[in-house]
Amino acid sequence: MSVAHCGDFRQSYKDDMKVLETRFVRVSVGAFLVLLYVFPLFMSNYATSTMTTIGIAVIGALGINIVTGFTGQISLGQGAFMGVGAFACSYFMRILHMPFWIAMPAAGLTTAAVGMVFGLPSARLKGLYLAIATLAAQFILQYLFIHMEAVTGGSNGIPSPPPEIGSFAFDGDRSKYYLTITIAVLAVLFTTNLVRSRDGRAFIAVRDHYLSAEIMGIHLFKYRLLSFAVSAFYAGVAGSLWGMYTGYISAEHFTIAESINYLAMIIIGGLGSVLGSIFGAIFMTLLPQALTVGTGALAQTFPKIGFLIMSFKDGVFGLIVILFLIFEPDGLAHRWRQIKAYWKLFPFSY
Amino acid sequence: MTESSERTVQLEVENINLRFGGVMALDGLGFTVRKGEIFSIIGPNGAGKTSMLNCISGRYHPQRGSISFEGQDVTRLTPAARARLGIARTFQNIALFKGMSVLDNILIGRHTHLKSGLFRGGFYLGPCRKEEIEHRRFVEDIVDFLEIEHIRKRVVGTLAYGLQKRVELARALALDPKLILLDEPMAGMNLEETEDMVRFILDINQERGITVILVEHDMGVVMDISDRLVVLNFGEKIGEGTPEEVQQNPEVVKAYLGGEASVFLGR
Repeated sequence: MSVAHCGDFRQSYKDDMKVLETRFVRVSVGAFLVLLYVFPLFMSNYATSTMTTIGIAVIGALGINIVTGFTGQISLGQGAFMGVGAFACSYFMRILHMPFWIAMPAAGLTTAAVGMVFGLPSARLKGLYLAIATLAAQFILQYLFIHMEAVTGGSNGIPSPPPEIGSFAFDGDRSKYYLTITIAVLAVLFTTNLVRSRDGRAFIAVRDHYLSAEIMGIHLFKYRLLSFAVSAFYAGVAGSLWGMYTGYISAEHFTIAESINYLAMIIIGGLGSVLGSIFGAIFMTLLPQALTVGTGALAQTFPKIGFLIMSFKDGVFGLIVILFLIFEPDGLAHRWRQIKAYWKLFPFSY
Repeated sequence: MTESSERTVQLEVENINLRFGGVMALDGLGFTVRKGEIFSIIGPNGAGKTSMLNCISGRYHPQRGSISFEGQDVTRLTPAARARLGIARTFQNIALFKGMSVLDNILIGRHTHLKSGLFRGGFYLGPCRKEEIEHRRFVEDIVDFLEIEHIRKRVVGTLAYGLQKRVELARALALDPKLILLDEPMAGMNLEETEDMVRFILDINQERGITVILVEHDMGVVMDISDRLVVLNFGEKIGEGTPEEVQQNPEVVKAYLGGEASVFLGR
């Protein structure tokens, strides 16, 4: 039937549709998953908690990649949508006394509804104009975070109670990590499947050529709105987990800077790529931390100019991001594919 | 070709007026297309051929007149709704999804036939997988038919022009249409590619029984394969009938060719 490169003979369409094609890849991914789960047993609490933030960032980045990378609508509201999720989850748990396991999906759905409201301009607007409309979402929501004091606690913020199973509370670094990473793995699976099935393909079609997508029977507005809803759902879940992670939610975290951070993640990782969302989330979480450690060490070595070195941190961060965009414009996922292609034919490169 | 007059009417276009500001793109245009025929629309550049296709496929909405497809008035329907009724089209300038593989492009054509929604797709359990395989089979059938097996996994944006034209035809066929609108399928092709495309169009029409509306500048092809055709000039109909009738029509010869009937014979 179909012969792929390197004499990889597939016998059925089912074989051909596999995400993990060879045994080697399946074993490696399995080993990686095992590693993810035993990781906190050997690492410090600091490393575990950093991994938790990466897990949350992966979920958020997958979300914005669905609306921006796959459907082609720039969203500048992901940070605020995460805030909606965090506050909603806390509200459901504290006031409505829902357990976390119901409150989190409910917060996701609430955020999805909010995302759809702010996705309504996509009926008429495209490209940069739509981006500005989502920017409006960011600022309107930020305003509400400060002023809806009954729900959000205003500028003081509110506590976010930990999830519980029976008498066991998820309040340690490890338990938070396990919960986050499990949901992140599920989110990766869901997204991977979504983009290889009907609705995911429709998203990409709307991005690549909306006129012919419509001619092929795709309801444009429905899919534009749906992409906003799905994206916001991810943000809502990520926000709920963020609330669990910090234990206390304040509006200060969900600013335009956070939204741009998420946009930067998927641009650096790779637009329209599940793997890119993961790479971008890791990169944008670890780089500032690495810089903090690096500049801190330098400042200790050269105490006289220590202050100066510390103040360069943000500048260096920006510089590295810009260099990445210049030399890796298609994202880290593209580089990863090239590395894989190189090793596929190794050692015979022709 | 001979029995075309006995066939039932599939598409009826009546008195279409389409205006862009002060420009009259289509002026009182009307014709009927019968089930199973190859119907061509010809005319000089700017005559309104593509505008007419856009009216049928739903991208433009005429200010006056009506279009009915298989007895149903579709004048006010959206393009997506018309696709669901079985009207597919290709574009003059290739309009593929450049970031997707050939297979995924064609699978988009199956969109209206697939049922798995967001959740079934996201979890990709039994029914969704079964459905994907079932429709993959349908798509592979078209891939075989159009002889594009060797590029099925390639990203469309990297393909040669002639192949992209073929993929676009494949995508339209995946819709399983009753009527297919082809906007200059032979434009920019060499002789061999043109012959292939003609073969595909004839097969689509005869084996699959799909009605074809063809807009094309290659007169040799049009006169060879059309059952009937309509001639436009400045948005108005100046002739209609079988290729033989149109070639005899003095007004057509004058407006379209400036006098010489022999040009119709093509290359």
